[in-house]
Amino acid sequence: MQADRWLPKLILSPTLAASLFFVYGFILITIALSFTESRLLPNWEWAGFERYAELFDNERWWTSAQNLAIFGVLFIAVSMALGLLLAIFLDQKIRGEGFLRAIYLYPMALSFIVTGTAWKWILNPGLGLEKLVQSWGFTSFTFDWLVDPDKAIYTVVIAGVWQSAGFAMALFLAGLRGVDSEIIKAAQVDGASMPTIYRRIIVPTLRPVFFSVTLILAHIAIKSFDLVMALTGGGPGTATDVPAIFMYQFSFSRGQLGVGAASAVMMLMTVIAIMVPLMYAETKSANAR
Amino acid sequence: MSKLSRACIYAVLILAALYTLAPLWVMVATSLKSLDEIREGSLIAAPLAPSLSSWGKAWSSACSGVRCEGLQPFFWNSLIMTIPAVLISTFVGALNGYVLTQWRFRGSEVLFTALLVGCFIPFQVVLLPMARTLGAIGLSDSVIGLIFVHVVYGLAFTTLFFRNYYVSIPADLMKAARVDGAGFFTIFWRILMPISGPIFVVCIIWQFTQIWNDFLFGVAFAGSDSQPITVALNNLVRTSTGVKEYNVDMAAAIIAALPTLFVYIVAGKYFVRGLTAGAVKG
Amino acid sequence: MLGIKGGDGMAGVRLANVQKSFADVHVLKDINLEINDGEFVVFVGPSGCGKSTLLRTIAGLEEITSGSLHVGDKLVNDVPPSDRGIAMVFQSYALYPHMNLFDNMAFGLQLAKVPKDEISKLVHAAAKTLNIDHLLDRKPKALSGGQRQRVAIGRAIVRKPEVFLFDEPLSNLDAELRVRMRYEFAKLHEELKTTMIYVTHDQVEAMTLADRIVVLRDGRIEQVGSPQELYDHPANEFVAGFLGSPRMNFLEGTLSANGSGDGGLKLKNGVEIASLSGAPASLTNVQCKLGLRPENIKIDKNHKSIDCPVKFVEALGSQTQIYCEIPGAPELLTVVAPGNAKVKTGDMLPLSFAAKDCYWFDAAGKALPRVVA
Repeated sequence: MQADRWLPKLILSPTLAASLFFVYGFILITIALSFTESRLLPNWEWAGFERYAELFDNERWWTSAQNLAIFGVLFIAVSMALGLLLAIFLDQKIRGEGFLRAIYLYPMALSFIVTGTAWKWILNPGLGLEKLVQSWGFTSFTFDWLVDPDKAIYTVVIAGVWQSAGFAMALFLAGLRGVDSEIIKAAQVDGASMPTIYRRIIVPTLRPVFFSVTLILAHIAIKSFDLVMALTGGGPGTATDVPAIFMYQFSFSRGQLGVGAASAVMMLMTVIAIMVPLMYAETKSANAR
Repeated sequence: MSKLSRACIYAVLILAALYTLAPLWVMVATSLKSLDEIREGSLIAAPLAPSLSSWGKAWSSACSGVRCEGLQPFFWNSLIMTIPAVLISTFVGALNGYVLTQWRFRGSEVLFTALLVGCFIPFQVVLLPMARTLGAIGLSDSVIGLIFVHVVYGLAFTTLFFRNYYVSIPADLMKAARVDGAGFFTIFWRILMPISGPIFVVCIIWQFTQIWNDFLFGVAFAGSDSQPITVALNNLVRTSTGVKEYNVDMAAAIIAALPTLFVYIVAGKYFVRGLTAGAVKG
Repeated sequence: MLGIKGGDGMAGVRLANVQKSFADVHVLKDINLEINDGEFVVFVGPSGCGKSTLLRTIAGLEEITSGSLHVGDKLVNDVPPSDRGIAMVFQSYALYPHMNLFDNMAFGLQLAKVPKDEISKLVHAAAKTLNIDHLLDRKPKALSGGQRQRVAIGRAIVRKPEVFLFDEPLSNLDAELRVRMRYEFAKLHEELKTTMIYVTHDQVEAMTLADRIVVLRDGRIEQVGSPQELYDHPANEFVAGFLGSPRMNFLEGTLSANGSGDGGLKLKNGVEIASLSGAPASLTNVQCKLGLRPENIKIDKNHKSIDCPVKFVEALGSQTQIYCEIPGAPELLTVVAPGNAKVKTGDMLPLSFAAKDCYWFDAAGKALPRVVA
């Protein structure tokens, strides 16, 4: 009884200490670093907002931010739309549902490095998809987005969606299965057709699932580093740079710790700016329910 | 529903399945072809004379950076990194979840929320201090250092999993056990563990795929000898000595993906079931 | 017939000035209660009254904030649940889902390091008396609600406790099974003669099972007494309203006395209920409440206190429940009449309130002494 009083706290304390130091402490250190003169080595001389000024003057940073916006929006929207569509279709008492579900989901098991490597090969203009379609007789077909600076970011979207749509599908399907079947019967008695029932009754009750899916996909998008590294390496040139790559290169390859830290802080701010309102809205509506 | 619309639904589902499977097929087919066949044949054609020679090369002699020993050493690196990291983080997460649900104390909910933040931060924001810390405690460029990092940043997730699972266990069960004379650890081992199978599966699969597939920590903290396979694969694909060997690249990619694919095929069903149960609840 | 005796030493339970608070919420306020050895005591009250918390503090599952708690002669404030000589049956039964019935019942004994053959003997004996001995290798999932209930009781019996604690044990069962298990609880107590404390919100369970009932409200004991005492002499309006079904009717007004000791109750809107004999003189000309049990109200032209129009009637076969309107009263008056009563909506009923059936309460709700023949 006596032991039971302090044991729980003792058990929890290493995790709490780790969280305090390695999460909160490190965030503070990174923030501090972003206000210093640090270049190749940490240099704790106060520099005010100089590093941020440097960051915002850097064209590459803005390319990265723009790419993240394009990638993030398209990746989330398309993954979600595809996932929801597949989930609704799979929910129609489909023969071989388990098998299909397993197929849609397997990309989730892969590393983004593997995904990137595979799609890099498939989308390469010389021997990949372009050549395949040409060999079918469409000799004028070109598909060279991978090496086109204006289009390369969309190849990242293609590969990202391929990997994550199945995951969105799984979450939506679980949500659909969780909808009270009596509500659906009641709507049928009210004379609603199946499409109407989905649109007016079922999808709106999936709100929490939309929330979860958005949260997870947004999180994947903002952290996206490996996929871009493997697929385009940020290229051609810097055309597909994203903030994660920018941060890595400035911190580890170019010896610009201060700027790297500033970009990491900006990434954190972006996450907060997206997560906090989302969570706030969700808890508020959850409480209202 | 009309026959036509059902047919359309099946058509869409099957097309989507083919689209999902196509890259895997292309990878496997390419890895079994010779370079000549790759250049002349079609992307999606089956190999005419399947050969495992690219697999052999990818495994033991392809160059990744300056080392030309294939992926083999890095595969073992990943394995000895992943297994302890998964086991430690899962076990600690289970104990944390147990405390946070069955032994609540004043402020424990706040602590849980504070822990959760660890699930949402972009890891870039801890990268620089962690690199210095690993250096300071002599763990940089080592597999042990990577295990440490993966455990530290995995705990938020494992704790979340177990907490959400244990929170639905009726409080009366714990009380009955206490009346029966069971203490903190007895309850954990004899009551909770035997009914935690599903959540262990979820947590272990999640941690295994996360850690095995990690690239960021690997590329930032590993030395050339302790690189995990994802980093080595990326290097292998980028290392060009003369002719680009697509077949070797694809074989290497499949090798890097095999363990997680295997885990997924064996236990993926339970994983999705468990994960969605938690995620949908929010 | 049960074959198992109660605990080796039997014991009462004594609570003195027990307080319990969670942060700023006071759940139990100054509880003083003496439960005698071998007594069957029922804690009853509306949800949130603290009855389950009180039971859990006795079990040791909740620590008390202040006060003292004795089981037998032993002060158990800081004694862990398993060493208090208690056994508990939970509302949800709380059976360990991964263990078969034998292990469910044996778990506590195993932890107490009781020899294996002794455990086996005890469990088999308990299972036999509870008629679950053919199910011992099943898992709880494979059992019906009633069987699970028996396992939970069996788990308590094998511990040979000095005090049994039951936390709403019947509330998860259907109506028919509840009646049967109620009988079995009574029989169990008769056989074991062990102290039993039983929490319920169901006043029928309380009335039928208890030697003494403890009525709780807002963390305080409102009254303690035998079922009949509480029914006949409720200490206040709350207890009077809580025990008895259908619920007691209350009429609020001012009492006016006439010379002969007969009174009239003047309701707020001026309607007067006449010829209430035996109205207490101390309440004359002050605000008070008259309580009338539905089963005590008579339909009697000759001694009528008031004429009431019938709003609706529920015929239950064995009895008829009539709801009448007293002008100016906020609630309908419930009257229980025999099943063959020929009453229909719209009838005017002459109602008679006999002196011995009236419960009087002062403005604060405190009951005035009654004389019951």
